[in-house]
Amino acid sequence: MKQIIEGKAYVLGSDIDTDQIIPAEHLVYSLSDPEEKKNYGKFALSGVPADGAGLPDGNNAFINEGSFESEFTIIVGGKNFGCGSSREHAPACLKIAGIQAVVAESYARIFYRNSVDGGFFIPFETPDKLAEETRTGDKLIIDVEKESLINETTGKSYSLSSLGEVIEIIRAGNIFEYARQSGLIPSSEA
Amino acid sequence: MGMTITEKILAAHAGKDKVQPSENVWVDVDVLMTHDVCGPGTIGIFKEQFGKNAKVFDREKVVIIPDHYIFTEDKHANRNIDILREFVSEQDLPYYYDVGTENYKGVCHLALAQEGHNRPGEVLFGTDSHTCTSGAFGMFSTGIGNTDAAFILGTGKLWVKVPESMQFEFTGEFPDYIMAKDIILQVIGDIGVDGATYRTMEWTGEAIMDFSMEERMTLCNMAIEGGGKNAIIEADDVTFEYVKKRTDKPYTVYKSDPDANYYFKKTYDASTMEPVVAKPHSPDNKALVKECSDVKINRSYIGSCTGGKYTDFLAAAKLLNGKKVAVDTFIVPATTEVLKDLERETLEGKTLMEVFKDAGCEIGDASCAACLGGPKDTFGRTHGTEVVVSTTNRNFPGRMGSKQSEVYLASPYTAAASALTGHITDPREILN
Repeated sequence: MKQIIEGKAYVLGSDIDTDQIIPAEHLVYSLSDPEEKKNYGKFALSGVPADGAGLPDGNNAFINEGSFESEFTIIVGGKNFGCGSSREHAPACLKIAGIQAVVAESYARIFYRNSVDGGFFIPFETPDKLAEETRTGDKLIIDVEKESLINETTGKSYSLSSLGEVIEIIRAGNIFEYARQSGLIPSSEA
Repeated sequence: MGMTITEKILAAHAGKDKVQPSENVWVDVDVLMTHDVCGPGTIGIFKEQFGKNAKVFDREKVVIIPDHYIFTEDKHANRNIDILREFVSEQDLPYYYDVGTENYKGVCHLALAQEGHNRPGEVLFGTDSHTCTSGAFGMFSTGIGNTDAAFILGTGKLWVKVPESMQFEFTGEFPDYIMAKDIILQVIGDIGVDGATYRTMEWTGEAIMDFSMEERMTLCNMAIEGGGKNAIIEADDVTFEYVKKRTDKPYTVYKSDPDANYYFKKTYDASTMEPVVAKPHSPDNKALVKECSDVKINRSYIGSCTGGKYTDFLAAAKLLNGKKVAVDTFIVPATTEVLKDLERETLEGKTLMEVFKDAGCEIGDASCAACLGGPKDTFGRTHGTEVVVSTTNRNFPGRMGSKQSEVYLASPYTAAASALTGHITDPREILN
C-alpha cells in the first residue's frame, strides 16, 4: 500500500452514479483480457454530462481522444459517490484509467465495498468541503498514515476520515488476501 | 433489546445468537445469483483466485440468469453468454436459464421469485444492485460486485456489516389508483437518494401487507435508489402461498421483535397517498403527477423488474383497453412467464396482449431491454432527446441510452394514462 499518493485532481459533483462512471452499453468488454479491458479506461466517466465534467468549469475531458489513461489520478467527489448499479466495472474503469484514489464526502455502499474488496484504490472520505474548494487540475498530496490531504496548488490542508475496520482489507490488498492472511481460505489455493 | 428481521437472519447465518448494527460478521450464503453482465467478470476472478480447476462451493446454491443484453447483435455481449454457458457446463450447474431455450426466463429478480429461489429467512447475494427485490419474501438480499461474488463462489461466505433498520409503516388502505411505485417514489423523495445508505428499509403496516408479492417486489426493488443495503417485508400468508407454488424447500420465518431498535421510524396514512413521478435526472426528484401535466412526452415505456410484472400490465391494460396511444409505447414483459400471462389473461374478453396491440403499443421480448440503455440495437433504447415516462427504476443522465433524453419514473397507471394523452397524466383522469 502506497503511503503517499499524489497527482492532479479531477473534480466531480454529488450523486455521481455508475451509469455516469461507465455507461451500461460499455459493460460488455472482458475485464481479464489486458488489451480489451483498456476500453474501460477509454470510456471511464464518459457518461458525465459536459457541464459537470471537471468542476468548477466543466467541459474538461477526463480521457483525451485516443487514450485510455487519464492525466488526472485523484478524483474529488461530493456526496453519494458511485450510487446506482453494483457493476464492479465502475471502480475497475477508474483504476484502468489510472486513478489512484477517490476522495468524496460520502459513498454509495456497493461502490465503496467494491473499491475495497477488489483492491482498486482507497475510497477516502473527508468531512471537509474539499469538492467545493478544489479545481480540476490542482495538485493534491494524500498522506495515508496521517489521514490528511494537502492541495499543493492552494496550500490548503484537509482531514480524511478514518478508514475504520476496512483498513485491514486495504492493507492486505483485497478480500482474498485478507481472507488468506486471516486463515479463512488456504493460502495455497490460488 | 430485541432484534429486527434483518438482524435475526444475519445472526442465524453467522452462527450467532445476536448481532448489533455496525458489527461486521461473516455469513453463510444460501443463494448466489449472477447474470450476463457481471457473470463473466465474476467467473474470471473466481478462476484467478481459486485456480483453473476450482469447483463452486455448492452447485445447488448458484443461480445464473442471463437477462441484460440478450436480443442484440453486439458481439461482446453475445460472447459473454458463451462464457456463462461454458462455466455452467464445466461446473454442472442445475440452475441456468439459457437464452434461446425453453428454459429462458428474463429479468433475474423476477425469475428468482418465479423459479422458487426466493425463500423467507434466507441470505441471497446477487451481482446486481436490485437484488434487494428479494427482500419482499422476508429474506436478506443485497447487491454485490464481481469480487465479492467470486469470493462467495469459492467459499460460500461473505462479510457483511449489520445494517441499522429504518421502518416505514403504512396504515389503513391505499386508494385504488395508487401502486407500489407511487409509494417507493414518495418515500425516496422524502429521504433522498442517500437517505437509507448502509441501512435496511423495512416495510410494514396493513396497507403494505395488502399488496401482492409483485407489488411488494416493486417496493423492495428500489430500496437501492435510497441507498439502502436491503429492504425487507415480513413473510405472511401471501408470501407462503406464492412460495408454495414454486418450491418445496423448507425455510424459516423471522419477525421483528416489538422492542427491536430502529434508526428511524415513520408512519404514513395510506389513504392520503397520491400518484407520484420522479423527474429527471434522479429517483428522489419527486413531484405529484398532477403537478406535471404540462410536461409533453414522446414515449411511454412499461417494463423492467420494477414495472414489467403481470400486475403492472394488468393496471396498464385497464387504462389502455379500447383506446389508442398518442405516443410510442413500449411493452416489455420482465420474464417469459409474464409474457405467457399477457397471452392468457383477459380483460373484458380480450387478452392483455390484444389490448396492448389494439392500442398501438410495441411489444418486446422478455429481458431488461432499455431500462439501462444497453447496446445500440436494444428495444426501446433512447438515442436522442426523447422525453420518456417510464415504469423503470432509474433516471440518471443517460440511463436509458441517450444523455440528452429525459426520463420521468412513474407507476404503470401513470405511464399508461400519459401514453394516451401525450403528456404526463394523473391516472384518475382516465380511470374516472
